[in-house]
Amino acid sequence: MSEHHIKLPEGSIEKTTSTLNLGPTHPATHGVMQNVLELDGERIVSTEQTIGYIHRAFEKLAERRPLAQITTLTDRLNYCSSPLNNMGWHLTCEKLLGVKTPKRVDYLRVIIMELSRISDHLICNSIMGVDAGAYTGFLYVMQYRELIYEIYEEVCGARLTTNMGRIGGFERNFNDIAFQKIEKFLKEYPRVLKEFENLFQRNRIFMDRTRNTGGISAERALNYGFTGPNLRAAGVDYDVRVHSPYSSYEDFQFNIPVGTTGDNYDRFLVRNQEMWQSLSIVEQAFQKVQDFKGTEADVFHADVPEYYLPMKADVYTKMEALIYHFKIIMGETEIPAGEVYNSIEAANGELGFYLISDGGRTPYRLHFRRPCFIYYQAFEELIKGYMLSDAIMTMSALNLIAGELDA
Amino acid sequence: MLTNEHIKARLTEKFGEQISNFEEPYGMLTFEAPKEINLKVLNFLYDDEELKFRFMTDLCGVHYPDKKGKELAVVYHLHNLVDNVRIRFKVFTDIDQPDIYTATGLFSAANWMERETYDFFGVNFVGHPKMKRILNVEEMDYFPLRKEFPLEDQTRIDKDDEMFGRGGNN
Repeated sequence: MSEHHIKLPEGSIEKTTSTLNLGPTHPATHGVMQNVLELDGERIVSTEQTIGYIHRAFEKLAERRPLAQITTLTDRLNYCSSPLNNMGWHLTCEKLLGVKTPKRVDYLRVIIMELSRISDHLICNSIMGVDAGAYTGFLYVMQYRELIYEIYEEVCGARLTTNMGRIGGFERNFNDIAFQKIEKFLKEYPRVLKEFENLFQRNRIFMDRTRNTGGISAERALNYGFTGPNLRAAGVDYDVRVHSPYSSYEDFQFNIPVGTTGDNYDRFLVRNQEMWQSLSIVEQAFQKVQDFKGTEADVFHADVPEYYLPMKADVYTKMEALIYHFKIIMGETEIPAGEVYNSIEAANGELGFYLISDGGRTPYRLHFRRPCFIYYQAFEELIKGYMLSDAIMTMSALNLIAGELDA
Repeated sequence: MLTNEHIKARLTEKFGEQISNFEEPYGMLTFEAPKEINLKVLNFLYDDEELKFRFMTDLCGVHYPDKKGKELAVVYHLHNLVDNVRIRFKVFTDIDQPDIYTATGLFSAANWMERETYDFFGVNFVGHPKMKRILNVEEMDYFPLRKEFPLEDQTRIDKDDEMFGRGGNN
């Protein structure tokens, strides 16, 4: 054999299966992650997932940042629904510091959280369509995600990595344009979602691609630590919003949609139904916010001067405000020692923050419970024995977000 | 209703003095056990007809360099989904011999979380099907979340980082 020949690895001639590298950059992974698949024809024999390509050591970085500066790290976990992560972090801090937020703040947060849930589910479901070969739905609904992003922009000035809100509330009140845009969304979105649903829900090709693929039983899903839509698709009605309500979710009426088989089609249906439920919650919250009258209608943060940055005008004229401003900016606020675990229902499931404070200016240890990281380990079990094309569908139906996977 | 007092009583009844340091920070029952019996405790919590802690919410490590002989902690967050009660269970280990039994036999969810804990803190989970790094590169020869690795001092001036606004002549 001349030296120009490619040397084959030992045993590769006798091998009857073929190895396929899916990723780290591949159009179907929608993020940076790698799958080494062992294929028998087109059937998957085994797979090994490699993650960590965008690991940024947030848990380490958080150990030198004051609480308020960690919000920007949470933006970059699940970047399809940053405000949800931001609110989860603020709620954790508030639990540690014992801050009680006014009702209006809770309702405003609920509006933002449910809008981000819609935008996240919208991406996931329309991307499922794209992976099945139907681009139309994705392009069609994208303008409503754009509208949601415009609402973020009015509220906090940013679109993707929002850094929205502060400990105790929001940095500023929602302006009129924000409310107009929310109203516009509430008015126009149901028709769009209905049409999107019509495109996919009973679509023969889509159903054939998604039904009976990537299924998991409720028992296995629980053992794997599934949460969120993926768990509910398997038939378990666990939802943090209902089990341990936060941000006044107990004031709202909504249902938890559940599936039966836990396959990709059920995941699609659950997410779709959740969008309807979220829409109804936004409607209720919008109504409740409109009902505040007089001075109550201007409340957008809790009265906690020691944690909430004062108005700039006050900093220049009032001694007390100047002191608090300095202490907060320099990260010298008094933080109680203690450990707290707080979780919210993020778009992908239970997003938990385990915060250990030793009373210093920064957390002693902060751990993110990322739902994506935990359920992705079931991927091998989900796709073993299925076709390669089913693996692609399963990957998009699980809604894997690399930022949340790697932290 | 499953109360914290009841869980505490059940655990003390079964394990006696071995379960210690009961606390309730922010309402969540927290306790620790020697690392030799971590699986026994987890199994008991899982199987017991009243306790039913069958959902592993979270597993992570913590490093306490000042606690001699108990430098590394592994913290389990467990959830009883039926009664909706959460508990936190801690196991401490010596940093020179950080071996702890794996919980993968009981919870499939523990697999990657234990690998992550190994990756960051160097806790060796005995019996784990694939004890290797998950987020960092395999060639890495240290455990980055241990406290002896401080983050870069943001006020340092010896580094030539002029393009990013520090060092140089400004």
